[in-house]
Amino acid sequence: MYKIIEKNTIAENEYSMKVIAPRIAKKRRAGQFIILIPSQGDERIPLTIVDSSPDEGWIEIIFQVIGATTFKLSLKNVGDEIYSLVGPLGRPTHIENWGTVVSVGGGVGIAPLLPITAAMKKAGNRIITILGARTKELLILEDRMAKYSDRVIIMTDDGSYGEKGLVTDAIKKLINEGEKLDMVLAVGPAIMMKFVSLLTKEYNIPTLVSLNTIMVDGTGMCGSCRVTVGKETKFVCVDGPEFDGHLVDWDNMLKRQTVYREQEKIAYEKVLSQYGKKN
Amino acid sequence: MSKENIQKIIDEINIERKEEWRADLRRSMKAKARGEIDRVHMIEREPDVRNKIFEEVNLGYTEEMAILEAKRCLDCPSPTCVMGCPVAVKIPSFIKLVEEGKFLDAAKKIKETNSLPAVCGRVCPQEEQCEGNCIYIKMGKPPIAIGHLERFVADYERKMNAAEIVKPKEKKGKKVAIIGSGPAGLAAAGDLAKMGYDVTIFEALHEPGGVLIYGIPEFRLPKEIVRHEIENLKKMGVEIITDFVVGRTATIDELREEGYEAFFIGAGAGLPWMLNIPGENLNGVYSANEYLTRVNLMKAYKFPEYETPIARGKRVAVIGAGNTAMDAVRTSKRLGAEHSMILYRRTRKEMPARIEEIKHAEEEGIEFIYLTQPIEFVGDENGWLKGIKCIKMELGEPDDSGRRRPIPIEGTEHIIEADVAIVALGTKPNPLIPDTTEGLKIKRRGEIEVDDSLQTSIPGVFAGGDVMRGGATVILAMGDGRDAAIAIDKYLSEKK
Ligand SMILES: Cc1cc2nc3c(=O)[nH]c(=O)nc-3n(C[C@H](O)[C@H](O)[C@H](O)COP(=O)(O)OP(=O)(O)OC[C@H]3O[C@@H](n4cnc5c(N)ncnc54)[C@H](O)[C@@H]3O)c2cc1C
Ligand code: SF4
Ligand code: FES
Repeated sequence: MYKIIEKNTIAENEYSMKVIAPRIAKKRRAGQFIILIPSQGDERIPLTIVDSSPDEGWIEIIFQVIGATTFKLSLKNVGDEIYSLVGPLGRPTHIENWGTVVSVGGGVGIAPLLPITAAMKKAGNRIITILGARTKELLILEDRMAKYSDRVIIMTDDGSYGEKGLVTDAIKKLINEGEKLDMVLAVGPAIMMKFVSLLTKEYNIPTLVSLNTIMVDGTGMCGSCRVTVGKETKFVCVDGPEFDGHLVDWDNMLKRQTVYREQEKIAYEKVLSQYGKKN
Repeated sequence: MSKENIQKIIDEINIERKEEWRADLRRSMKAKARGEIDRVHMIEREPDVRNKIFEEVNLGYTEEMAILEAKRCLDCPSPTCVMGCPVAVKIPSFIKLVEEGKFLDAAKKIKETNSLPAVCGRVCPQEEQCEGNCIYIKMGKPPIAIGHLERFVADYERKMNAAEIVKPKEKKGKKVAIIGSGPAGLAAAGDLAKMGYDVTIFEALHEPGGVLIYGIPEFRLPKEIVRHEIENLKKMGVEIITDFVVGRTATIDELREEGYEAFFIGAGAGLPWMLNIPGENLNGVYSANEYLTRVNLMKAYKFPEYETPIARGKRVAVIGAGNTAMDAVRTSKRLGAEHSMILYRRTRKEMPARIEEIKHAEEEGIEFIYLTQPIEFVGDENGWLKGIKCIKMELGEPDDSGRRRPIPIEGTEHIIEADVAIVALGTKPNPLIPDTTEGLKIKRRGEIEVDDSLQTSIPGVFAGGDVMRGGATVILAMGDGRDAAIAIDKYLSEKK
């Protein structure tokens, strides 16, 4: 059992939690994740480790309520316990001094982007951060990203904050301004990562993406997380979660994310009705 | 088990046979009369009832049935059945106790060499092991139902809650780490705890049991049985830490620094082999591991009561013909498939599954399509599987395994309609532990290398079960665990 010692609402339906897990706190590196089960019998879901304190023994996770399991997790409060939590899983990010790194984050994908950006900054990179959200209220972690960034650009779909437009518009603009971009990190919805990768490929900028596939065990046992990368099958939980964005078969990845769309809806509605709520 | 350890047991069996009550019992009924009793069939649920539910198919023997079956056993002077058993269960000794109605003593007798009889009675390939070597076969009669008797005795003991919890007389004050809680790890942990070691099992998943929990379905091995065994281990003082991936949460070297003096790696062979043909990443294509884990460990068969989803196909094709394939295909039927099919590139004769599983699958309406090899998964515009392109095969010369090699017949490509496909081609060990343990040697296909005492290339680190053999059996894994316990005891006793 893993005790929750802090919980914050960081946007509508988005939460951060600090959970006691001393071994993981000590061991984890940027880019790694955990798999948790809120209460016995619930589903296993992967979440990135956003931050940790080896001394105090906690790890931080951030999630958006999008279905039954994240909803159940959101009901837990400080003092409550999480039934199962295992990690750190996945390969740590390969960190090096590239020069100028563009950190592109969309939606709740900004959470996994934060620790990688922090590590890239520490390695001496100049960081330009581009954060995208549908609207101002949904933008998360701006302050914490700014701490590790030399420049921050905000894009919203409706123009309610920063500039109106997509993160790819901002990358194009940087390129047009004559910025020399040595590498791009992109974490967010698959569709965002796809278009960032297509764009950076045109300009030959190395691009790292972090994939959020469906998972069960997280140790390479099931293949639920498989993706096609450069014509080869890869297991995101052990070979990733980061891959060369130019090699990922995005259409396959996008379709695989929809496998359980109907069941996910049924399960979510069931859980909501158990708690007397409506979607 | 090692030859040396087996010989010891056989010597004991010979002594036990000479006990007076055994001689009296043998005399009480003529061998001819014993041979005239028909093999007692176990009660099973009706095929068209059981293929819709997840409750166990076999219902076991009654006491009378067990005693009757036990009477058939001739109590042979050099029992060939024991030679067929990888851990040398004292077969005639326990069967004669059953004949006397001493079921709890019979259970104890089995447990002298087999720590998981309720499991083995259900899942061992008896037809290749003990029963396959029973003298009755030579007489052209069905062998003694050793598996059924083993299962009866173990179930009896469990229902009576009579299992003896052996507590060591004195503690050794030394810590041993067991990696993985499958049959190999459980057996090693049990024996080491009895010897007085402080044993900790580290398990990656949230529930211990290995394949017994996540792989083999409820209808063949009720999870309650596995949980009972694990509770007994805990009562003996074994500590089980779940949610702990050795190599990630901590490495073997880090655990050594925490005071563990010896290690047993029983991490199984968890990685699925895939076909590597086009379309394998379509929606609806599963590895058997994923399919069975969702259903067994995560209880997707109770969706939406449990929220883990699974695709319930109308036409489900399972590729392969081992126990895993049978488990997957029978599961798909229970999840409501109209057609559940086995696609196999050889014929019925070469199928590696237990005979009972094949028989049960056939009774439950599973369709078997032989001499057929998939070459491509074909999808629809939404990325979902809609068919499997296959080619017909014929059998040629025998290969290394002694089975005739299947050869594709040109021009026989055809499509088998399917909306779910499950690849069940076997598994290989996970590279995680070798990758994170300096100096741990592995073989070509990833199996951990060991010497005769099951010690790996690193002193004090032992390995057994599927991680050392590649995909094998429960009984071999369990036997390795017990051998490793003996070797670890020797290592730690000699170590200063
Ligand atoms: C579906 C299916 C049906 C089968 N049917 C039969 C049958 O009828 N009869 C039969 O005899 N055999 C059968 N087998 C084979 C049998 O189950 C295996 O041979 C046996 O379970 C191997 O035991 P093990 O202890 O070596 O490994 P496993 O049972 O695989 O257990 C290994 C355990 O180690 C854990 N682990 C792995 N890596 C780590 C790590 N790094 N850190 C911590 N823990 C780790 C795993 O999570 C797992 O719990 C079947 C197998 C399958 C998959
Ligand atoms: S070989 Fe058959 S008849 Fe002989 S002791 Fe073994 S089980 Fe009994
Ligand atoms: S989540 Fe099971 S193999 Fe990756």
